[in-house]
Amino acid sequence: MRSDAGKLSLILLMAPFALWILLLIVLPQLGIGYVSLREKVGPGQFTFGFGNYMDFLGEPIYWNTLLRTAWMSILVTILALLVGFPVAYYIAKIARQRSRAALFLLCLIPLWVSDLVRAFGWIVLLRETGLVSGALQWAGLISGPVELLYNDVTVVIGLVYTVVLFMIVPLVSTLDGMDDALLEAGYNLGGSRFTVFRRIIVPYAMPGIVAGCIITFMLTAGSYLTPILLGGKNSSWFTEQIYNQFITRYNWEAGATFGVLLLGFTSLVIWLGLKLTGQSLATTVAKD
Amino acid sequence: MYDLRCDSVTKRFGSFTAVNNVSFDIPSGSFFSILGPSGCGKTTLMRMIAGFENPDQGDILIKGRSVLKDAPNKRNVKMVFQHLALFPMMTVGENIAYGLRCRGDAKSEIGGKVNAVLDRVGLPGVEDKQISQLSGGQKQRIAIARCMVLEPDVLLLDEPLGALDLKLREHMKIELKQLQHQFETTFLYITHDQSEALVMSDNVAVMNAGRFEQIGPPKDLYENPVSGFVAGFVGDSNRWGGRVDRMSDGTAHVALDGGDSVLATPGAGGLGDNREVEVFVRPEAISVGRGAEGCTLSGTVDSLLFNGANSRILVRTGTGKLIEVADQAGVSGVNEGDAIDIHWQGHRALCFGKGAA
Amino acid sequence: MRHSIKLLLAGTAFGVVTGTVASAETLRLLTWGSYAPEEVIKQFEAEYPDIDVEVTFSNNEEMIAKLRATGGSGYDLAQPSHDRIYAAQLEYNIYKPLDLSQIDTSVMQANLLEGVKANTTIEGEVYAVPHQWGTSGVMTNMAEAPDVTGWNDLCDPAYKGRTSMRLRRTILLGTAFGMGMNPFELYSDLDAYQDMLDQVTAKLIECKSNIKTYWTGGDDLQSLMLSGEVVVSETWDSTAFRLYSENPEIVFVPPETGALAWIDTFAIPRGGEADDAAYKWINFVMRPEIITMMSGSTGAIAAVPNGIELLPDDKRDAVQAAFDQEDLDNLKFFANIPPGLEDMEGIALERIKAASE
Repeated sequence: MRSDAGKLSLILLMAPFALWILLLIVLPQLGIGYVSLREKVGPGQFTFGFGNYMDFLGEPIYWNTLLRTAWMSILVTILALLVGFPVAYYIAKIARQRSRAALFLLCLIPLWVSDLVRAFGWIVLLRETGLVSGALQWAGLISGPVELLYNDVTVVIGLVYTVVLFMIVPLVSTLDGMDDALLEAGYNLGGSRFTVFRRIIVPYAMPGIVAGCIITFMLTAGSYLTPILLGGKNSSWFTEQIYNQFITRYNWEAGATFGVLLLGFTSLVIWLGLKLTGQSLATTVAKD
Repeated sequence: MYDLRCDSVTKRFGSFTAVNNVSFDIPSGSFFSILGPSGCGKTTLMRMIAGFENPDQGDILIKGRSVLKDAPNKRNVKMVFQHLALFPMMTVGENIAYGLRCRGDAKSEIGGKVNAVLDRVGLPGVEDKQISQLSGGQKQRIAIARCMVLEPDVLLLDEPLGALDLKLREHMKIELKQLQHQFETTFLYITHDQSEALVMSDNVAVMNAGRFEQIGPPKDLYENPVSGFVAGFVGDSNRWGGRVDRMSDGTAHVALDGGDSVLATPGAGGLGDNREVEVFVRPEAISVGRGAEGCTLSGTVDSLLFNGANSRILVRTGTGKLIEVADQAGVSGVNEGDAIDIHWQGHRALCFGKGAA
Repeated sequence: MRHSIKLLLAGTAFGVVTGTVASAETLRLLTWGSYAPEEVIKQFEAEYPDIDVEVTFSNNEEMIAKLRATGGSGYDLAQPSHDRIYAAQLEYNIYKPLDLSQIDTSVMQANLLEGVKANTTIEGEVYAVPHQWGTSGVMTNMAEAPDVTGWNDLCDPAYKGRTSMRLRRTILLGTAFGMGMNPFELYSDLDAYQDMLDQVTAKLIECKSNIKTYWTGGDDLQSLMLSGEVVVSETWDSTAFRLYSENPEIVFVPPETGALAWIDTFAIPRGGEADDAAYKWINFVMRPEIITMMSGSTGAIAAVPNGIELLPDDKRDAVQAAFDQEDLDNLKFFANIPPGLEDMEGIALERIKAASE
């Protein structure tokens, strides 16, 4: 009786979560997958097949953009790791307990404004008549205005800025759990700073690194506003093509195909990344 | 030949002096303990020896050479940390090989050394296990093996038994001592547990408030403490406050607080009349029955505490003092509520001036 | 307990009933940003206190996508451009025929009304009536680029790195006109249209190095022009008129080949639930005094005979500075887009975006 009640309350507790997963994640994905297999043969007439996927493979623009998006997302992820790790290490290990919360909060502040506002912040700073260009001219470092916007470097910087927080948070929480004695033991047994970093800190932080990299990579590959607003005339982003297919070309079938491909491809990249670094989801992200 | 020598080492944190002018030598191959309550500065002293802190004054020498300028990873002192600090992401074998690899040992030799040291600590064949698969005692031994494989000049142990349960702790005391014999390496052991220090050590330093109160073999400390602190901290003791009535023939006549008057031998330094003192008498020095004048008190049996060889009788004196009396295996045959006399031999009662060193 | 539940249910039911009675009919408007100014809504709600106006801002593509996703429900009145209705209706069936007897079509400018009706009649049913019209063309900063006459100037090396355009179908059409073709005449022959698109694509790829960036929205374009970073750009005339009031050097130039004219219309989604309110809104916003407020907000010209005169003063000045009668006679109204055309244009746009300079 009692266990029945326990079971019931467990089911009731889990129900909203299960519903959420089912209704907002599983069903839409199934719907997208279904639409992607639909081939349009005339107004309102469809057959089923892999035609949309063939179209994707047959058009270099599409898969080039996908590769470009993946490649730049990997770059952003690596940069976010390089920038985020020292920050996370400082917050978790070096900063005093009291300033730690404040520093953490400081990292969170950019999240209080929307993506759009943050992108406009960069635009104000980096445009030809913007603050940075003006400051450089004022300092006499450059003779004329310089355009820092509308190129891939800006997109990468903007994306790193947007996602670095999602790298820092998991890193801080793993590094926070590391006993300082481990570092001291590392030195005591003869390790140099580099050895301690490479053989103790990094392996210890690996769950956080993997989690952070997966989150930032997925966020970057799926981001829309930042690449569109900061990107130049050559910087296509795959999400933009998904938007174009759905919205400006009314081609839901191709849009759905692209969506499935983006999900599949990013998952593949993550799987490869885990393989190459010898990690697995079970020993890192899902580690208790 | 001394493996480790500290010379007038002092360390301050702001206005707080953690380690105050400490000097000592540890002979090669001996087991040396620093015993003191928490906050006495013993951990700071050890961290200075390991190189994690720098002394403000004084010098630290290992095998006769000052190591103050050496970084922690350049000193041949290895440390077993309080919570062992085994690397959780490495296997047992990798943990032990870590130091060898840092030192640049040839790859071909590392495997053999790891196996050899695992044999010596009695855990052959565990090198592929994860740290989390080991029991508490096994972890302890791996932590020691991880240091010993590097053949350090001195092994520092920072209360490594603290996290173990009592039974295992008792067992590990003996095992540590045996390991030390086996490796013939100098061990410097830090603890707040006097029984650990007494059981294992060749020499013990009792530390209090940043200073060493006394250094000596355990038996010396136990029988001839030089201060009230040592007498109270090392081993069990009955402790009574009082005042010196008068001195005669090197014996103090002490009027105890609340009445009663006893004779006591003054500890180091001698005492003057009217001095406030504390009198220490160990439970095993007290027996049931009447003894000499000034070495006898009477009271009633308050309770009996049976603990095998460590059994005690608690006696409540007429003036309200509660006195522990050793009663080996409960052979005295007294019952609760009995009126009894207790006595001790005159030289077993020590008195030290209150608040003095 | 049961009693209180009953009460609760009764209360809820009552609330639902009174809620429907008291709360007004809701008019859910799907329209362009600035096409529903606050003061117009306020006046409308004052006049029809039982109607609440809810506004969703969108654009042509998103309007169709939204209505397509819901099968034409969720909104009561939409405002797509006149050329975007026919194909969307044929393919997705998202609108319902208008009841023209409910609309005061007499106030509308006859040629625009007839044009929209001709464009949006399917099987004898009319699906849209005109609201406002405007054009797309070129805007120039007279201080820096006084000689701009048309689409081709966007690719003029004289303005290298200081021109901009939006990478959407308008620029494809404009460029085609600039190259001496008439895309609207090719709508009926998709092969010829593809041929034209290929030429336009080549031209725009070649032009890429001349462009500073592709603008994506009105705000974006305004700051590019006002900062002087861009001096010539493809634009909506309304955006240019707005900038004219801030910097009179920035003027709209109807291209010599004819400005591309669009008419935003009123169409009722198939799932609309407040047709009466929708008709009331249509008639309301076509009143002269409302037109001035509306045009002040949108910068577009109402589809009434004296639409230009009813503009607020500054906008009227801007229009008169930009258009003479010849320009007005030379307007090229967007023709109905046949199905499949936008897919062809879409891939052309992606080719341009993906091409490297």
